[in-house]
Amino acid sequence: MFVLVVGGGKVGYYLAKELIDSGHEVALMEKDPARARQIADEIGSIVIPHDGCEGKYLAEAGCNRADVVAAVTGDDEDNLVICQMAKHHFDVPRTIARVNNPKNEVLFRHLGVDEQVSPTRMILGSIEQDIPVHELLHLAALGEGELEIIEAHLQQGSPAIGRAPRDLDIPDGCSLFAVIRGGVATPLRPDTVMAEGDKIIAIGKQECEDLLHGQLIGDPEAASSP
Amino acid sequence: MKIVIVGCGRVGASAAEVWDAAGHEVIILDLEVRAFERLPSSFGGTAIRGDGTDEDVLRRAGAEGADILLSLTEGDNRNIMAAQLAQEALRIERVVAKVNDPLRATAYAELGVPTLCRTGLMLDAVSAHLGLPPSGLVGMQAATSPHPPSGLARGAATEA
Repeated sequence: MFVLVVGGGKVGYYLAKELIDSGHEVALMEKDPARARQIADEIGSIVIPHDGCEGKYLAEAGCNRADVVAAVTGDDEDNLVICQMAKHHFDVPRTIARVNNPKNEVLFRHLGVDEQVSPTRMILGSIEQDIPVHELLHLAALGEGELEIIEAHLQQGSPAIGRAPRDLDIPDGCSLFAVIRGGVATPLRPDTVMAEGDKIIAIGKQECEDLLHGQLIGDPEAASSP
Repeated sequence: MKIVIVGCGRVGASAAEVWDAAGHEVIILDLEVRAFERLPSSFGGTAIRGDGTDEDVLRRAGAEGADILLSLTEGDNRNIMAAQLAQEALRIERVVAKVNDPLRATAYAELGVPTLCRTGLMLDAVSAHLGLPPSGLVGMQAATSPHPPSGLARGAATEA
């Protein structure tokens, strides 16, 4: 596979290195000449010391025959333009963008970037999984980003404890489909009674979130006050 | 009309001054507060320090419901992103992005983003002045296809 990596920061550098080790053909574009030379000294002559946002240099780098373009600079606007130029101007089948502001993920998806990787979102996800939060946990976005898979950890004060999904007022376009209890996942049936400590997995539209929050999490402040 | 201008450089500040004086509601953003020194003391619009490529910042600035957004910062890509953000997220129909790289200017006009290219504008003006043939580079390019560019996105936009 021929992979064009744009951005020679830490991410781009290690990405190129790993790809070469796995036997792929790689070109790395880095606009800062000093940094480009430094990388070239370490991993060889695959470095193109030019700005990957410029159509002219993308063409020179062989963008039109790339199987994948990975835009991993530190600037979201550059990563967006690199992927859009690759996609629409050079017909690259697969474009991947690093996204620093997690809010840009949906925008990038709508604008034709095939995959968005947000380190910010990933780290946020890890933090949320480790500490108790009285919030819904976002596990994944589906389709156009309008549907989300959400986890709700039922803690004291949750109006769902002791009740079954059919007794709850679940918003339209939303479905509770599994429960994780004691580390075991089972399908959540309309008559399954939910208990404290359960993790409920739901899928639904983003706009249903507030309603779901009310049904599954409730008001933790009220519960923790004596 | 409500007009949002991203980037308070010479062009941005002049546009803000002229349209404010003409009675339009002008909101201008820049990353540097000092840039607003270019605005005249008579400026009656809103000047906000912030990143025009950040959706939250644009919303807080009151860009929603604007008739026009002009993106005139020094970065081609920032302008392209701000303009597409305005089209996609804020549903602002009339946008212009300053893109000084002629290749990108044409590529984005084809993707539905009207672009303004200083390179083309200047070459055209100079050629005309000197009586030389036109350069072939275009200064202001209207969108040649509807935005957003992908079929997927069009579906998502109508759903929302």
